[in-house]
Amino acid sequence: MSQNFRLPTGGRVNRGKKISFTFDGRRMSGLEGDTLASALLANGEHLAGRSFKYHRPRGILSAGPEEPNALVGVGADEGHYSPNLRATQVELFEGLVAESQNRSPSLRYDWAGVNNLIWRFIPAGFYYKTFMWPRGAWTKFFEPRIRAMAGLGRAPRAPDATTYAQRYAHCDVLVVGAGPAGLAAALAAVQGGQRVILCDEQNELGGSLLSETDATIDGAPAARWLSETIAQLRAAGSLQILARTTAFGYFPHNMLGLVERLTDHLPGVAGQPRERLWQVRAKQVVLAAGEIERPLVFPDNDRPGIMLAGAARIYASRYGVKPGQRAVIVTAHDSAYRAALALYQAGVGIAAIADVRANPQGGWVDLARKAGLPVRAGCTITGTSGRLRVSGADLAPLAADGTVGASERVSCDLLLMSGGFTPSVHLFSQSRGKLVYDDALGAFVPGTPAEDCWVAGACRGVSLLSEVLADGFAKGASAARAAGGALVPARGFATTHAPATGGGFAGALPHGKNPASVRAFVDFQNDSTAKDIKLAISEGLRSIEHIKRYTTTGMATDQGKISNMNALGIATDVLARPIAQIGTTTFRMPYTPTTFGVFAGYARGDLFDTVRRTPVHHWAEAQGAVFEDVSLWKRARYFPLAGEDMHQAVARECRAVRAAAGIFDASTLGKIEVAGPDAAEFLNRMYVNAWSKLKPGRLRYGLLLREDGFILDDGVIGRMSDECFHVTTTTGGAARVLTMMEDYRQTEFPELKVWLTSTTEQWAVIALQGPKAREILAPFVEGADISHAAMPHMSVVECRVAGVPARLFRVSFTGELGFEINVPADYGRAVWEAIFAAGQPAGLVAYGTETMHVLRAEKGYIIVGQETDGTVTPDDAGLSWAIGKAKPDFVGKRALARAGMGEGVQRKQLVGLLTDDPQVVLEEGAQLVADPAQPPPMTMLGHVTSSYWSATLNRSMALALVKNGRARIGETLHVPMPGRVIRVTITGPVFYDAEGIKLDG
Amino acid sequence: MLLITCPFCGPRPELEFGYAGEAHVVRAQDPRDVSDSQWTEYLYQRSNVRGVHAERWRHAHGCAQFFNALRDTTTDHFVATYRIGESRPDAAVEAGR
Amino acid sequence: MAETMARLHPLAAVKTVADPHLVAQGPMGRFSLRLSPTAAPPPLGALGLSLPLAPCRAAQSETAAALWLGPGEWLLLTAPERAPAVEAALRAELAGQAFSLVEISHRQTGFSLSGPRAAQRLNAGCPLDLDLASFPVGMCTRTVFAKAEIVLWRTGAEQFHIEVWRSFVPYLWELLVIVGAETS
Repeated sequence: MSQNFRLPTGGRVNRGKKISFTFDGRRMSGLEGDTLASALLANGEHLAGRSFKYHRPRGILSAGPEEPNALVGVGADEGHYSPNLRATQVELFEGLVAESQNRSPSLRYDWAGVNNLIWRFIPAGFYYKTFMWPRGAWTKFFEPRIRAMAGLGRAPRAPDATTYAQRYAHCDVLVVGAGPAGLAAALAAVQGGQRVILCDEQNELGGSLLSETDATIDGAPAARWLSETIAQLRAAGSLQILARTTAFGYFPHNMLGLVERLTDHLPGVAGQPRERLWQVRAKQVVLAAGEIERPLVFPDNDRPGIMLAGAARIYASRYGVKPGQRAVIVTAHDSAYRAALALYQAGVGIAAIADVRANPQGGWVDLARKAGLPVRAGCTITGTSGRLRVSGADLAPLAADGTVGASERVSCDLLLMSGGFTPSVHLFSQSRGKLVYDDALGAFVPGTPAEDCWVAGACRGVSLLSEVLADGFAKGASAARAAGGALVPARGFATTHAPATGGGFAGALPHGKNPASVRAFVDFQNDSTAKDIKLAISEGLRSIEHIKRYTTTGMATDQGKISNMNALGIATDVLARPIAQIGTTTFRMPYTPTTFGVFAGYARGDLFDTVRRTPVHHWAEAQGAVFEDVSLWKRARYFPLAGEDMHQAVARECRAVRAAAGIFDASTLGKIEVAGPDAAEFLNRMYVNAWSKLKPGRLRYGLLLREDGFILDDGVIGRMSDECFHVTTTTGGAARVLTMMEDYRQTEFPELKVWLTSTTEQWAVIALQGPKAREILAPFVEGADISHAAMPHMSVVECRVAGVPARLFRVSFTGELGFEINVPADYGRAVWEAIFAAGQPAGLVAYGTETMHVLRAEKGYIIVGQETDGTVTPDDAGLSWAIGKAKPDFVGKRALARAGMGEGVQRKQLVGLLTDDPQVVLEEGAQLVADPAQPPPMTMLGHVTSSYWSATLNRSMALALVKNGRARIGETLHVPMPGRVIRVTITGPVFYDAEGIKLDG
Repeated sequence: MLLITCPFCGPRPELEFGYAGEAHVVRAQDPRDVSDSQWTEYLYQRSNVRGVHAERWRHAHGCAQFFNALRDTTTDHFVATYRIGESRPDAAVEAGR
Repeated sequence: MAETMARLHPLAAVKTVADPHLVAQGPMGRFSLRLSPTAAPPPLGALGLSLPLAPCRAAQSETAAALWLGPGEWLLLTAPERAPAVEAALRAELAGQAFSLVEISHRQTGFSLSGPRAAQRLNAGCPLDLDLASFPVGMCTRTVFAKAEIVLWRTGAEQFHIEVWRSFVPYLWELLVIVGAETS
């Protein structure tokens, strides 16, 4: 097709640059500067989509972000596919591939259009009523069909192939909207010496000035004033202009979310992000978001070819497109006359201007009359004809009492409507600013702001161009002043411009027909009609919030940009209460639909989250280790040899540690240096244990509770000197423990001279465990005697290991003779490799967290978070021996003295479990009962906390928390599992070397 | 994202802070002196104010300090922020908003 | 046995790209120094400087730098070979008052980020206002960069020093490289 509806001259499109694109597979062309909508119209295409519920053919209604009908899927392949884009906002580029939505098999023949025939049976709320019976039919019958038919567009079938960027920015004044008000505001703010960001959702700055063909500003045609003003702003170094940037959200404390479209319109640019999320913190905000034209609500007001009058004028004057050959205009507002004149001048035949007002007059009305356009005052519209395109309008006289006379069909291929304008208060409302109803304007306007924000121009109901400019400048000056800038005197702008400000209508036009037999659409996107709103009210709903939810009016992706006021107008008629009393619904972010990708930003793939790796990680990886996630860390879980599964690898690793030695990367353990004269006293108050008498060079197992008495964390703590402790925490608890200790240090015990420093990443920690650990380690140690006599279990020494300064712990989490070698992290890998190599002749193996878990469970050592769940006290875990009984206080001590926490209560206690069948490994989390035959609900006595195959014992074993467990040792309990019951015997929690002989090698 | 005025570092973005619960919940000097019910109150009872709420924040990814703040829970506006150990700014300050 | 073990840089396993504006630094001597916020700290001869007392400001000498990170908390930077001597000297100078001095040389890694777009690159993940008026040369602070905590120190109008814990090094690096490739 060849742009048959392109006007020979005019508009801001670049006539020298033809752009080809496809729509539903058909090749078409447009011009640079077109939107997809204007290019479709240039090719005579109004039919752009099918509606959401009734699958009615729909055309392009608007020329902006409020578009409810022309939603398209855009993208040449699935990796670049975006559904539900408004054709009115899609910038045309070479090779653009677009498709219509909500139709099958094609836009012109859509089988689901049957909904349009059965519409009487699917009114508002039909899904609340219809799908209740029979019960099973929902999942089997209704849901699959509704899912196939419902929804807007379709999700892309491949991962997003584009990337997204994010940026934080700050400014003194953020101006949202670069129409006349926003431009003037930016001028003033720059003049005030402020850092300014000016953003606008369109490809060009200018807003309404982009389609302004008549007015002059300060003596210059609007277009020239616009280009000169933009040049002047660009020359100001303190202003950043963001075009193609939608302010979608207004967040607390003057932070706004913007989305900048970077490359969608530049198909040749590769490797650059598609969009950027801007999070802008502004000292002051000027909202200059403009206004949105309201449609009129009349029967069959949704056929393709029915358009907002202002949109038709924009297509003619900005894009040089003739939206039809013969137009009928229905209006309640003067501005439609302006549109009629513009179209008339573009060669569109004007069949009638039907004005529902009895006596319209004013500048544009007079001009239209003077031009000989057929004005019908006191005239309404009672219906339309046409299937895929409007073909006629039924016009009828409207008497002052509201009665509708006989209608006359006027043929047309374009039907324009205007109910007046609604200020774009969305962002203001998002910011929790109060909206107030302006009776004269017939719309809600911004009232008291909740943020440091100013509202300028049409979005607060100012409509005369000279006033809009002056208002914008004044608000920009006020914002600059409030942000700390210079005083900028007010200024006026001389404009020549015929005002088009009179009139307006909200509600449904009278049509004189049986209301049950017509559909007059209020919300085009969600297919809700005037009748639906009346139905909701007749069914007892009164609050506008309830009416909105019942009918879904205003709940589509356009958030009621065009439907809100008409819905209120209908409600106010039926409820016979003024709109001001009914109030309006709250607008939510985003202002227009926003991609998920831009929110994810850089957080995808490898950068989805921080992945923490130890200095030994890549060695383990090269050895074929299998890793597991422990908080943000990657930890080697086991080191399988060729052909081994996890079970075999873990069994081999366990046997090697018990028989010879194993090496284990414990670098992820949290470490905190507690230093200062009051270090011991601080630990006394934090941990349950007594620390004052611990000698430098000695270690102690520390247990940390929450203030409610339950176990929070544990770890071995070494006293390095009188005033310095090396505290270790669990891997996952490191940050939590440091935060809690800092809290007490700063807020409860500020008198203590003690400081906490995280050293988790300062040290790589190499655990060397097993009977041969000492002989493997000894040759590496300088400056310390590590013999048993000189360095017994639970001691620490500073020395050199492999030539590197080290803190050497004699400690065991396996039950074997063991050391934990702390070396500065950069050396961790080299020291590890040296020890690993040296230990080979002795049978040293690397082991992972799984073997660590098994070995400690054989010894009955708890793991916080596995044996504990936030309700386990030290006594429950069999750890009351750790408590420093003589201490007056420690975190959690008072809570342990509360009723229910101690003696005489049947609390769950840590015990061991052995299954009757030694081959059966219980499931962790499995419940324990005394009588497996008891009918449900069964009395549950406890649960399995840890369960493993023990290569050492050559049988299964488990730890469990069991009510009154220590008194039940020797009893048999049962574990009911699907299809079977497992018998277990309660034992003590230590399965291996209960006497602790092995700790000494 | 809130903008929170750290008493040490000045206004900073919320991302740098951690919330730390209600402020001025006093731990007994010697917990042995308080009854079970008083201790239970200390552990679990919080005021859940609608309006100006005294609460603790920590400039965790900044100067690492805990501090107190008065925030209106209905608007998210901060009335004041002040250091640990300082008493709650008086009602006149609150009324000044 | 001499200190012959090889040091492994946290970026060792990361594929690096040549970027004249982003440089990962080698070893450095680092300490966390803590004093009572109410005590007046002495000039530290070991560092050749007086500790900065103004919030979020750094002081520099020929051989060392001290960054105010919090009340009574400083990050001290010095050459790695000087670290043991500096530690000993500081302990001697501070004797008699309560303090905590913890070596953290290996805990974190330094980066230098420079160029006309340095601040913009940081603002891809750092929510601070990095305008020179708001974040002048000599200002330093802990803050965040996307999901990592960093210490940020402006050493020049177009020059930043970044410190980050070692396990976050690859994340920070990779993200800064991606942002560096953006042309707008």
